[in-house]
Amino acid sequence: MNHIIHKNLEPVRMLYSCTAGQQVPMIGAVVPAGFPSPAQDYIEDVLDLNELLIQHPAATYFVRVEGYSMLNAGIYPEDILIVDRSLDAVNGKIVIAVVDGEFTVKRLHIDKKGVCFLMPDNPDYEPVRIHEGMDFSIWGVVTNVIHKL
Amino acid sequence: MVEFRKPEKNQRPIYALVDCNQFYVSCERVFQPYLEGKPVGVLSNNDGCLVALSPEMKALGIKRGTPAYQIRPVQEQHELYLFSSNYTLYGDMSARVMKTIASFAPDIEIYSIDEAFLSFKGMEHMDLTAYAQTIRQTVMKWTGIPVSIGIGTTKTLAKIANKVAKTYKAYQGVFNIVDHPKMEKILSTIDLEDIWGVGRQYSKKMKKMGLMTAADLLHLENEWVRNQFTVVGLRTVLELKGYPCIEMENTANPRKQIVSSRSFGHPVKDYEDMEEAMSSFCSNAVERLRSQKSVARQLFVYLCTNPFRNDPQYANFMYSRLPDYSAYTPDFIQLGKTILRKIFKPGYLYKKCGVMISDIILEKDIQPTLFDVPYCQQDKKKLMLCMDKINQKYGSHKIYFASNGVLKKWRMRREILSPQFTTCWAELLVAKDNPGSAFQKVKLVNQRS
Repeated sequence: MNHIIHKNLEPVRMLYSCTAGQQVPMIGAVVPAGFPSPAQDYIEDVLDLNELLIQHPAATYFVRVEGYSMLNAGIYPEDILIVDRSLDAVNGKIVIAVVDGEFTVKRLHIDKKGVCFLMPDNPDYEPVRIHEGMDFSIWGVVTNVIHKL
Repeated sequence: MVEFRKPEKNQRPIYALVDCNQFYVSCERVFQPYLEGKPVGVLSNNDGCLVALSPEMKALGIKRGTPAYQIRPVQEQHELYLFSSNYTLYGDMSARVMKTIASFAPDIEIYSIDEAFLSFKGMEHMDLTAYAQTIRQTVMKWTGIPVSIGIGTTKTLAKIANKVAKTYKAYQGVFNIVDHPKMEKILSTIDLEDIWGVGRQYSKKMKKMGLMTAADLLHLENEWVRNQFTVVGLRTVLELKGYPCIEMENTANPRKQIVSSRSFGHPVKDYEDMEEAMSSFCSNAVERLRSQKSVARQLFVYLCTNPFRNDPQYANFMYSRLPDYSAYTPDFIQLGKTILRKIFKPGYLYKKCGVMISDIILEKDIQPTLFDVPYCQQDKKKLMLCMDKINQKYGSHKIYFASNGVLKKWRMRREILSPQFTTCWAELLVAKDNPGSAFQKVKLVNQRS
């Protein structure tokens, strides 16, 4: 997860600074001599990315992206998707779907007649209409993208 | 004679046994959905024999325990999928299932990798069958793992209810046997061997006495049962009658010992190979020790030849202690080597070797001594954490100790291992643009319509 760590750190330090036990203190300033900072009493909170990105740990999975079909949704090849299976796949959500036994990431669109479409977010790709008898299921709902800059 | 009393309604315990259906196969299917509806099997260590199989595979006449080589001919005629045991994946999925069900009850006892008891005590005012259905659907949705749930006033009855839920499709995976009007009839369908706690020995003895099913045990005199089958047998009979004897056990404390051992893919003859194997097992065990934030002091090493071969036989073990608590892999490897040199005898074909770490305490509980710096304050710890992190990121065993060996001739055969989808960044599930050629077909259909 080097995506979130500053690039100038040397490699070993980098890996080391993201060990499980290590967390980022919210108020980490060095206190100068003299009066202690009144904020010191509150150094209890730490920021945990899991808390921000994952609501249901038992139901959350990571999926790597291949291809360009969701480019305009900000999903690029090699990005890591955070997928929550506990959420309901409602109209307009970006989902991980299983089509003929294989995984794909697309936006779910359900029209007024109740027909499902898997919509790419890239004009170079065609939407896929889900018809009866097709081997299709929704595997999970994408909640976040981890994108390396 | 002690008098047994049934607890009052609403104060009595209610147990729900949640059991994953063909757990290993189900884990493989969650991340490889094309396996749905296909015959799938999972092989034991060294790809030796089948340890789990899907109903589709059973339908081909293949049984649990069948050696892999006997399946190969079938594989030529049928499309079947075999996998090596992916313990990392199964372990992670098990934790997910347990976490999910734990939120549905005040108490949980994790009984094995794929089974857990929930306590529904004090929840009798609810429709427990419907509640269990909710649990089942939630586990399915969150983890993709199908489970069956049996509910009873004792653990033994919950186990039986679970079997009923699994056997009869109409119950949709949930069966509640609490105060069931046809209790005796249900129990008469349960073979003695399938009762929790009745071993093969007891069931043989019982069958000789003309006892055939669980229902036959209901009317036995307690005193007589105790004389014939000791207090263990009595406990089972009382449980069947609805008197709870086996309570919830909380097994949340960290492990008291960690074992790492494998049968070798090929017999090991040379000391160097054996040392590599032992060193690998040490690395593995100490890594697990670190993952539970513990340190340990005692190491046990054993080795043995294959008793099923007609070769000269030898087995030995020995243990030794470190001067201080540690979770530093080289400390254990070094000690292991000292032990191994003492117990290894040349001239034998070894089948198995293993290490066991014991005297385990939590890292935070180390008592500092006056002169030595404890493990957790040394650079040793930083080095180990760094190594674990690299291996977690780039795949396990990307960096390791040279003493573990490079060629690993002894290594376990796991030739058809699925990726570690949930625990290794390099092996994550991949979502494709146009999954397979199937999508092309779909496109054509779309254009036509």
